[in-house]
Amino acid sequence: MKLEDIKAGEIVTEKVIINPAWCKGCGICVAFCPTKALELKNDKAVLADVDKCIQCGACELRCPDYAIYLGRKKNEKQG
Amino acid sequence: MKSRVRLMQGNEACVEGAIAAGMRFYAGYPITPSTEIAELSAEKLPLVGGRFMQMEDEIGGMAAIIGASLAGAKSMTATSGPGFSLKQENIGYATIAEVPCVIVNVQRGGPSTGMPTSPAQGEIMQARWGTHGDHPVIALTPSSVRETFDLTIKAFNMAEKYRTPVILLMDEVIGHMREKVQLPDPSELEIVERKRPDCSSEEYLPYKADYDLVPPMADFGTGYRYHVTGLVHDETGFPSNNAEVADKLIRRLSNKIEMHRDEIESWEEENTEDAEIIILSYGCVARASKSAMNILRSKGIKVGTFRPISIWPFPERRLRELSLRVKTIVVPEMNLGQLVLEVERICGCNTIIEKLNKVSCEIIYPEEIVRKIEEVL
Amino acid sequence: MPSELVENYFRTEKLPQIWCPGCGHGTITRSIVSAIDKSGLDKNKVCIVSGIGCSSRAPGYLDFNTLHTTHGRALAFATGIKMAKPDINVIVIMGDGDSTAIGGNHLIHACRRNIGITAIVYNNSIYGMTGGQYSPTTPKYDKGTTAPYGNIDKAFDICNLAASAGATYVGRATAYHANLLTSLVQNALNNDGFSLIEAISICPTYYGRKNKRGTAVNMMEWQKNNAVNISAAAKLSPEALEGKLLIGELKNSPEPEYTNEYQKIIDRLKKERQ
Repeated sequence: MKLEDIKAGEIVTEKVIINPAWCKGCGICVAFCPTKALELKNDKAVLADVDKCIQCGACELRCPDYAIYLGRKKNEKQG
Repeated sequence: MKSRVRLMQGNEACVEGAIAAGMRFYAGYPITPSTEIAELSAEKLPLVGGRFMQMEDEIGGMAAIIGASLAGAKSMTATSGPGFSLKQENIGYATIAEVPCVIVNVQRGGPSTGMPTSPAQGEIMQARWGTHGDHPVIALTPSSVRETFDLTIKAFNMAEKYRTPVILLMDEVIGHMREKVQLPDPSELEIVERKRPDCSSEEYLPYKADYDLVPPMADFGTGYRYHVTGLVHDETGFPSNNAEVADKLIRRLSNKIEMHRDEIESWEEENTEDAEIIILSYGCVARASKSAMNILRSKGIKVGTFRPISIWPFPERRLRELSLRVKTIVVPEMNLGQLVLEVERICGCNTIIEKLNKVSCEIIYPEEIVRKIEEVL
Repeated sequence: MPSELVENYFRTEKLPQIWCPGCGHGTITRSIVSAIDKSGLDKNKVCIVSGIGCSSRAPGYLDFNTLHTTHGRALAFATGIKMAKPDINVIVIMGDGDSTAIGGNHLIHACRRNIGITAIVYNNSIYGMTGGQYSPTTPKYDKGTTAPYGNIDKAFDICNLAASAGATYVGRATAYHANLLTSLVQNALNNDGFSLIEAISICPTYYGRKNKRGTAVNMMEWQKNNAVNISAAAKLSPEALEGKLLIGELKNSPEPEYTNEYQKIIDRLKKERQ
């Protein structure tokens, strides 16, 4: 997935992509992130600590609104 | 060439007509006096590569034929009063989703369980307004075994042409009687197929109507991935709460039939050129009216008959014309007066309307019509 | 730009869905789509049918042949599609009320016929769309707007109901166990006959609030802590299983599929007339 495809307004981080337009602030991703890398900021999920994120995909797996997903496949070389 | 003359039952003629029209799916549920339609469909469909389903109830039967039609198969179900009542919600679904299908109602004594093996004509208004909300209806009524064959084909052709459910209103007499019938050779029959899209799947709008107000219809599974719903929807087929979209859809659905009235309306009239009295009747009663007319004519009384074949939409224009030059219209029906309400609406101000109503679940005899006319002379 | 899975299989212009924040239906729908993806089905040959209710809005978001029918009748519509065109993969999405209340009669017969349909029941134990009435799967003594003093009905066990009615593949998972749900749906799609998957969903807005189950997160944590896979359950004592939710593959006994059996009749008749 090429980064330049990403629409304006999307919070872009290499590891995880969050689309605030679709996020309803339910907190499921935050609660079930094994390394507590996510948090809710004014009712929207945000990646609080990028280093904690291990790209396990638990957030993408259970997000009811598909508003969070892994930015790059785990098996691809980072960077 | 093997003669195609046969002694045939009305219900059998319905199945023969359906298969000739291209029916390849039937789903229904046993109910007197229409069960023969299910039995013969079960027997004949696999012989032509078609499929038969006996569903768990009439609601399921109506749902299944809509599903099959969406998958591209011409589909039919048959029932009688109680089942016709159960099917109403899904008939409404087929109407708003514009899914071609044929629903046969072989009318029997009602209401409720009524008199299952006896004839009646109690679902005229249910055929029109049975399902909720504003909606158009096409309902055809045969009065002979051969006509049942012809009208079943016509029902399928209209369903395909206008993307709509079509109701075939029979009664127990027509359904169960047997008559000598000369079936046409299949090559003589005009069979209509639904209009399918000729654009790419990306451009396809399942509910964008053409000039004839009928949208092209793609079969499920052929590459046109689209959405069908019973909710008010726009041209894309997706649900909409927009007032304008709703108004446009509901009006288009009705106008789609209204616009083609001339092709849909059909009736038969006899001796109306000089008639002073017209007997207006349909289904099995029309057979008695014919005899009554002949008896009265032999007595020098100028009687004609007018038989609506399309009950809905009713042949208004022609009846209005006739009403201007007759003294009386007599409407014998095997109910307490249903189609007569339309007659009164259409020409009650032009002429006298006389009702003859029989709800004993017996047929109306010619002598009863003759006596009625002699009374009102 | 959504994820690849969503981009490929969802009608993204229709997203986000109408479901409430934290509703499990979105998670369940994604698991189903993941199963379709992993099964490598041709999108043109997939038809998703639904009834009426929150769950039944799912097909509108999915890029397949989609059919949103009348309440309780999805399986009957789907039966017509499958019979008319057996090469279509027919998936039916229903709610708990949709499938076991008004749709109960069609459910048990679709199971009995073993017709090639994968039925997925989004079970949130409540009628959500109409505002929180109790349903045939609302636990006894729980509350709903139409059971203000506690529900005195006994709830259906949808999986046992389907299995005993004749379904040949039956499984249960929860919104939390999204991967298990995906594998169960894959197995169901693989089963020729009738498969029923019960997906325990989450309704924070009505069921959760009315029955004080906390937030969507709390309800999902309950699923995590109270569901026991049937393979593990065998080793646990009855006391340990008390109040636990049994998930996993509950029945897998393939039998001849309805449309195939009917095709045999057609073929036999053809041969006899040659």
